[in-house]
Amino acid sequence: MTPILQTRDLTHTYGAGTPFESDAIQQVNLSFERGEFVGIIGHTGSGKSTLIQHLNGLLKPTGGDVLLDGRSIWSDKKFTRETRFRVGLVFQYPEYQLFEETVYQDIAFGPKNMGLKQDEIDQRVRRAASFVGIPEENLEKSPFELSGGQKRRVAIAGVIAMEPDVLILDEPTAGLDPVGREGILANIRAYQAAQNATVIMVSHSMEEIASNVSRLIVMNHGRVAMTGAPREVFTRSKELISMGLDIPQITQVFLRMRDMGLPVDTSVFTVEQALESLLTLRGGKGHA
Amino acid sequence: MLKDITLGQYFPGNTPVHRLDPRTKLILVVVYIVALFSAGGVVSYAVVLAALAAVVVLSKIKLKVIAKSMKPLLFIIVLTGLLNLFYSQGTPLVSFWIFTITREGVFNAVFMILRISMLITGTFMLTYTTSPIALTDGLEKLLNPLKRIRVPVHELAMMMCIALRFIPTLIEETDKIMNAQKARGADFETGSLMQRAKALIPILVPLFISSFRRADELAVAMECRCYHGGDGRTRLKELVYQTMDYVTLIGGVVFLAGVIALGHFGL
Ligand SMILES: Nc1ncnc2c1ncn2[C@@H]1O[C@H](COP(=O)(O)OP(=O)(O)OP(=O)(O)O)[C@@H](O)[C@H]1O
Ligand SMILES: [Mg+2]
Repeated sequence: MTPILQTRDLTHTYGAGTPFESDAIQQVNLSFERGEFVGIIGHTGSGKSTLIQHLNGLLKPTGGDVLLDGRSIWSDKKFTRETRFRVGLVFQYPEYQLFEETVYQDIAFGPKNMGLKQDEIDQRVRRAASFVGIPEENLEKSPFELSGGQKRRVAIAGVIAMEPDVLILDEPTAGLDPVGREGILANIRAYQAAQNATVIMVSHSMEEIASNVSRLIVMNHGRVAMTGAPREVFTRSKELISMGLDIPQITQVFLRMRDMGLPVDTSVFTVEQALESLLTLRGGKGHA
Repeated sequence: MLKDITLGQYFPGNTPVHRLDPRTKLILVVVYIVALFSAGGVVSYAVVLAALAAVVVLSKIKLKVIAKSMKPLLFIIVLTGLLNLFYSQGTPLVSFWIFTITREGVFNAVFMILRISMLITGTFMLTYTTSPIALTDGLEKLLNPLKRIRVPVHELAMMMCIALRFIPTLIEETDKIMNAQKARGADFETGSLMQRAKALIPILVPLFISSFRRADELAVAMECRCYHGGDGRTRLKELVYQTMDYVTLIGGVVFLAGVIALGHFGL
């Protein structure tokens, strides 16, 4: 089966021909399968945001191509527009793009642009609102009287309501408290499971990445430096650190423990895994 | 894209033009504009054009950049040219239907287009080579005498400085919001005029909200650093005229006198 989304030698140069010319991404070749949860990490300015804005055709590549279902999204205008709806993109701090009088209307903006029928729009708005946990009574409120975290949910619902096959989120949890963060991640997982959607998430939190994604892409200076399961990527901690990145704190603890001579498995990156690993270690010792 | 607007942008550099005192550059721009409007013939235009060309070359600003910033103004320039072409009285050259093109019309059109382009380019050279802060400092210093008659010079300069500072931020913000709405299928390019005007609402509302928020934050931040207007405020970088500035200013005066003299003789 062809991957749902692919990039071929994707390159983007900002401000070509001006004194501010800069290569944001170079020769990026990636493919995304249906139903995958992929994480993208990379230092500030490594080109993550630039990359994802190509995936729904907001940015036109200066080199290379983007394929949706094996077809170039730039092959014709209609398909480019269709791509916008099939690949939903939630920007960084999306709460600043709210504009309608009510939460309901704001969530309905996307589906309306798709040209759906009124009752279909209504269904989708309510479904999207329930995915992100917006209570019914908030739908008629003005988005501007909600808290920051609630606004963010509304903004995410606005994209989910288009029911995209691929949902891309740029640092969806930035600036939220731990409960708000876990809440939003749970919403995203719920959407993914319900729609068998592909989710691509940019994040600076290694913990968040480690406990959610099935595959990880590491960007470094506009290029893909590594890709693989979190388990594989996080074992290359030295390389990650040299790229200005980090590994989950629990993994750091385990690496130190191994350095101190304990025979622990260092490919753990969530507290649950750590606990399990420690228990088996103790169990093993007990036998000996 | 909006990002491509280079209007009023500053291109950092270290050329003789960049190093001039902002006051010198401000005065020179005024001199230049006066000269441009006193120019009356081919020779005086050539002199003004040569002066402009010299500044462009010295400042190492690429012609491509200048051409790009002209783009948004192209419509006005072309329109002025066309109006002059068709509405000038004189000896007819060609005439078709209701239009008559006269020899004077052609001259006027060429000169008007040249004059507007030179006016724009000349003023752009100021903002291209002077940082907004230097520019407002220079302006404040130049207008200082007006304080005597209670013109709030410092406050005006500060307002201008902040406005200039936030133009790029605003453009960036507009770009971001536009992209976010496009990602939800907003369409700014097709449809009737009414539809297109309506399509701006999803951009304008968030833009206004964030501008007010930003203004609020900036005011608080300024107050936290004890900003209280211009009284008793000292500067980190005092503006000091260098030899180069005196030389340039004298050059400017000679240039202006020359152009006026040429214009006087109809050259
Ligand atoms: N609109 C733009 N115009 C010019 N250069 C840009 C633009 N957007 C990004 N860049 C440059 O492209 C590079 C990649 O930026 P990008 O925003 O993709 O990074 P990022 O990985 O998302 O960073 P962050 O983690 O800070 O969000 C940076 O060097 C940046 O300065
Ligand atoms: Mg980014």
